[in-house]
Amino acid sequence: MNIKKNIFAVFAVITMAISAAPALSAGGGGKHAELQKWSFGGVFGTYDTNQLQRGFQVFYEVCSSCHGAKLISFRNFAEAGGPEFSKDQVKALAAEYTILDAELEEGERTATPADRWPSPFETELEAREANNGAFPPDFSVLAKARNLPKKFPMNFYDMATAYQEGGADYIYNLLVSYEDEPPHGVEIGDGQSYNAFFGGGLSMMSPLMEELVEYEDTTIPLTVEQYAKDVSAFMYWMADPHLVQRKTIGLKVLIFLSILALLMYLVKRKIWAGVKH
Amino acid sequence: MAGNSNYNPTNKVEKWFDERLPLLRFSKEHLMDFPSPRNINYWWTFGAVLAIMLIVQIVTGIILAMHYTPNIAMAFDSVEHIRRDVNYGRIIQGTHAVGASMFFFAVYVHMFRGLYYGSYKAPREILWILGVVIFLLMMATAFMGYVLPWGQMSFWGATVITNLFSAIPIIGTPILEFLRGGFAVDNPTLNRFFSLHYLLPFVIAAVVALHIWALHVPGNGNPTGVEVKSSADTLPFHPYFTMKDLFVVVVFFIPFAWFVFFAPDILGHADNYIEANPFVTPAHIVPEWYLLPFYAMLRAIDFDVFFISAKLGGVIIMFGSIIILMVLPWLDGSKVRSGSFRPMFKPFYWLFVLNFLLLMYLGGQGAEGIYVILSKVATAYYFGYFLVILPILARIETPKPLPSSISQAVLDKNK
Repeated sequence: MNIKKNIFAVFAVITMAISAAPALSAGGGGKHAELQKWSFGGVFGTYDTNQLQRGFQVFYEVCSSCHGAKLISFRNFAEAGGPEFSKDQVKALAAEYTILDAELEEGERTATPADRWPSPFETELEAREANNGAFPPDFSVLAKARNLPKKFPMNFYDMATAYQEGGADYIYNLLVSYEDEPPHGVEIGDGQSYNAFFGGGLSMMSPLMEELVEYEDTTIPLTVEQYAKDVSAFMYWMADPHLVQRKTIGLKVLIFLSILALLMYLVKRKIWAGVKH
Repeated sequence: MAGNSNYNPTNKVEKWFDERLPLLRFSKEHLMDFPSPRNINYWWTFGAVLAIMLIVQIVTGIILAMHYTPNIAMAFDSVEHIRRDVNYGRIIQGTHAVGASMFFFAVYVHMFRGLYYGSYKAPREILWILGVVIFLLMMATAFMGYVLPWGQMSFWGATVITNLFSAIPIIGTPILEFLRGGFAVDNPTLNRFFSLHYLLPFVIAAVVALHIWALHVPGNGNPTGVEVKSSADTLPFHPYFTMKDLFVVVVFFIPFAWFVFFAPDILGHADNYIEANPFVTPAHIVPEWYLLPFYAMLRAIDFDVFFISAKLGGVIIMFGSIIILMVLPWLDGSKVRSGSFRPMFKPFYWLFVLNFLLLMYLGGQGAEGIYVILSKVATAYYFGYFLVILPILARIETPKPLPSSISQAVLDKNK
């Protein structure tokens, strides 16, 4: 059959396309991204609770002074599949923050686990005034709003391997690619820092440096790379907090569908056994 | 098909009911006894896949609408609310978003099957035209659905596509403002798109009912293109085709589930995770993959023809590329339905398939350099296939001898 031949040809092309794995991928206009191995990648991927807790520490001590996370509630930090802080830890964390509430007599109250993470600035204008005119983006879905999309046919490879971690890779590469001086001939704006991955100047100066954050676990190196990896993983969790639940169900669904498909096929074959077609 | 009712009410209640509303008789005739050619292959199962996909989209969509807020200040966050706070919301929302892609994948398989086996030819012209109407409605529904999350691609996609209507002379701008509910894409646009996005699937369901009605008058085509001649050529729909269709639907759900559970965002664009901002234009505004071939044809026209501006020309070509399908039954005059018996037709057909995939690729590239030239060539072939190649082939081609009947073809195959 001619059609069959053609289908096989298409499959052959797709198979060839997906068997050549890429080590590198184009970044945000600058140098190539070094793709990291993420615990939450692939079919069996889950978040590393310790890494998310470290990432939270970096976010809490460094990033959160400028960046908000308005879609995150304090209670999320205690949920399964996330950083899994204890309920008491979350309560204590929330109690550090004040929620402005014009309905109250005092005009404010202490935050509870049900509250959203308060933004560091009241308005965009205020944020820009404090940051040399730049607006620090909210972190809630930022790891999903950045990506390292591949060109045809490598995008089919990503589909076949369910590569969804482009946002985490993007953020990691951005954080580790600051350079003191722009290369010769590259102009950057006033007060900007050169980032080789971005391929230009960024209003945010390099936020990380060695030994900036003290980890409880002394076996973890206190390097920029380690901080960047931990906070990228944490940001990915913020953007996709139910990933573990989704993948756990997904695995069961795939197994169920595969068995059901086999049974359906056998029934179909049995029914059709007696007729010529 | 009329006159093949084997329904005999087995008790008095059924008989009483049958004389007043022959619902069971209708179901038995059309869902069970409906005679279908015994030789139809797996390409004929996608109609069932599509019916199931429409149901999946409607059910998930109704649930999403319970939690979604169509207001520009809240829409983006309400979709995130669904993903984060609604029980299994990430899966329901993912099923709906991925479901759109799976729906279009299935509809393309269904349509290309029709193009190969000549499913549009007499006596199935109305059946085919209704299918094209469904396809148009699907595109409108998908486009408006993509606007609802109110991300950057939602907003700019809506801006670009509604702006197309301004190309129409004189009445263009009033139509544009009517569609948007103002001078720019804004809250009124989101409100009406939400309303229409909820309405159109039910219109689709109604046209699908007509589509199936029109199918049940002449019955299914088949890979030989020879019409059914006797009951030896057919098998009852149930259990033979219900079972075959169910098997394929389950297999189809495997890649569907793969995307939903392991890569729900991979078919979309990262920019739609950035809330709509009228002051920041994304670097590349691209529609979803399933609209890319038509987007490529729209952009291929970058030159004026007499009084027709490049913009209007592009719009004419884009809509024309679908409208032309409606007159296809009268463009392809070949009396032989199935491409399998048309030696000259075959290479042109497969080139048309490749050309369509090329257009899909080109729609995702920037409108520059070689891509523009390739888009023009591919657009020319798309129209040339319908307007030149098919009419000429009908006159000059000598088809292979057709089997005398379906059962004869089956016997020959099983020798």
